[in-house]
Amino acid sequence: MANIISDETIEYVGILAKLDLSEEEKEEAKKDMGRMLDYIDMLNELDTSGVEPMSHVFAVNNVFREDVVTNGDDRENILKNAPEQKDGAFKVPKTVE
Amino acid sequence: MSILEMTAVELGRRIKAGDVGAAEAARACLDQIEALEPAVGAYVTVDREGALKRAEEVQKKIDAGELKGPLAGVPVAIKDNMCTEGMRTTCSSWILYNFIPTYTAEAVKNLEKAGAVILGKTNMDEFAMGSTTETSACGVTRNPWNTDHVPGGSSGGSCAAVAANECFCALGSDTGGSIRQPSSFCGVTGLKPTYGTVSRYGLIAYGSSLDQIGPIAKDVTDCAAILETIASYDKKDSTSIAREDCDFTSALTEDVAGMRIGIPRDYFGEGLDEEVKQAILAAAGVLKEKGAIVEEFDLSLVKYAIPAYYVIASAEASSNLSRFDGVKYGLRAKEYEGLHDMYKKSRSEGFGPEVKRRIMLGAFVLSSGYYDAYYLKALRTKALIKKAFDRAFEAYDVILAPASPSTAPRLGESLSDPLKMYLGDIYTISVNLAGLPGMTVPCGLDSKGLPIGMQLIGDCFQEKKIIRAGYAYEQSRSYQAPGLAVGKEVR
Repeated sequence: MANIISDETIEYVGILAKLDLSEEEKEEAKKDMGRMLDYIDMLNELDTSGVEPMSHVFAVNNVFREDVVTNGDDRENILKNAPEQKDGAFKVPKTVE
Repeated sequence: MSILEMTAVELGRRIKAGDVGAAEAARACLDQIEALEPAVGAYVTVDREGALKRAEEVQKKIDAGELKGPLAGVPVAIKDNMCTEGMRTTCSSWILYNFIPTYTAEAVKNLEKAGAVILGKTNMDEFAMGSTTETSACGVTRNPWNTDHVPGGSSGGSCAAVAANECFCALGSDTGGSIRQPSSFCGVTGLKPTYGTVSRYGLIAYGSSLDQIGPIAKDVTDCAAILETIASYDKKDSTSIAREDCDFTSALTEDVAGMRIGIPRDYFGEGLDEEVKQAILAAAGVLKEKGAIVEEFDLSLVKYAIPAYYVIASAEASSNLSRFDGVKYGLRAKEYEGLHDMYKKSRSEGFGPEVKRRIMLGAFVLSSGYYDAYYLKALRTKALIKKAFDRAFEAYDVILAPASPSTAPRLGESLSDPLKMYLGDIYTISVNLAGLPGMTVPCGLDSKGLPIGMQLIGDCFQEKKIIRAGYAYEQSRSYQAPGLAVGKEVR
């Protein structure tokens, strides 16, 4: 395998992806990602110099509109989906001491 | 002919004529669901009461002459990644096990406005990531043609439900083949429109630059009618395109005389099952007999589509799925220390292995130091693939290809080797990268009795050409339902 994923890399990716991985999952992920990257490295066979990266097939422009509220206040229904709520807001663990 | 054997458009016509009631049609589907779901498992949620109530409301509007469209009163199923107000929407993920949307996806709304009756939500690979529907957290969906086999994915539930006559038609979504491949495996017709044709508002995003909603039905006529209904310009989707040529049913003509059909030689090499190959070439022969000009050509770059796709789709997924954090909806872990730990624990408990795999790959290819080498490289490759298609469509009206290298694999065969599963998407993925429309039309069975589908690919905005080719081909054979769907003894 050409791509060896280090413990540090998996640790870092776990932080970026906000995932808490078990030791077993980390080992599995190292193997999987290495194998995928080996495969993806096939793209290096292609000469893409001078080719612009294409994020969208068609030209995408920002769609602007007047800043006017068109949907009603749906707070109650929206909060029904919240795991925890308090005083009409989403409740999260204390973040500021 | 029993109600369930009708196509969606036939049923709509009979409802309008007063031969069949909308509630009667809904009840027929609901009874079929009750009878077959233990064997098939196409649905995540079935809304029996709601469906019957809606059918009665729709019937009143049909009687009053307010609803005149072809889908008025027709029972439909919706893939569970499209938001439905008041109806649970899970994406077949544990992280959304209890999510009740407060609004309805635009495409679904368009169907409702046309009088379609929603029966429920169908199973899928978790967050549409997978090719067999086996990554679902909601259990297994089985192929109605042989319940030891997968229905394909990720829209496996929608395709299985249509094949099993558990609905008349369904909506699916297609990011890398998720409508076309399961349609092929289940012997139904499925169409992925040109990117931007159907609003993505309310579609839970996977790879936003690739995702597109489309119809799954028993024939090309139904697909054209449904697409005509769901296509709309939507200000709420910034990639929505205002098209003026959405009269797709006008292309339902048998005239393919002089139509130039290209068969990419590079799609017919190593890895393609011989029986699939023969069925596709036989279908090409049918179109040739009807006057089409069929030629082989070299598309090029075919093998680069999969690696480019997995970089781009995973990158977009890692960004899109960051919204699932246990704060606003869905699962929140029970035990955690502080906010950050709550995010991590909730996500780790809520996402399945395939979703985690893609989020991590996406986070990696977007990370500083790797962004140019992987992400930008993939976007450059995408530009080259698009150019290859542009060249092909200078010479051809339609590209004819397989939808998948094989027929449906057995359950449990695919997940052990993710890379092998990814390779199965080789004929569908490049179409998403280039934003093109593609449609799967059934074209026979293999020696195991499993369906084979051919894929018709058109240039951007040329759905009518693939509809015309598909319709012309379809006239040479009649729709075949699996034995299970029509009450015949099967394994």
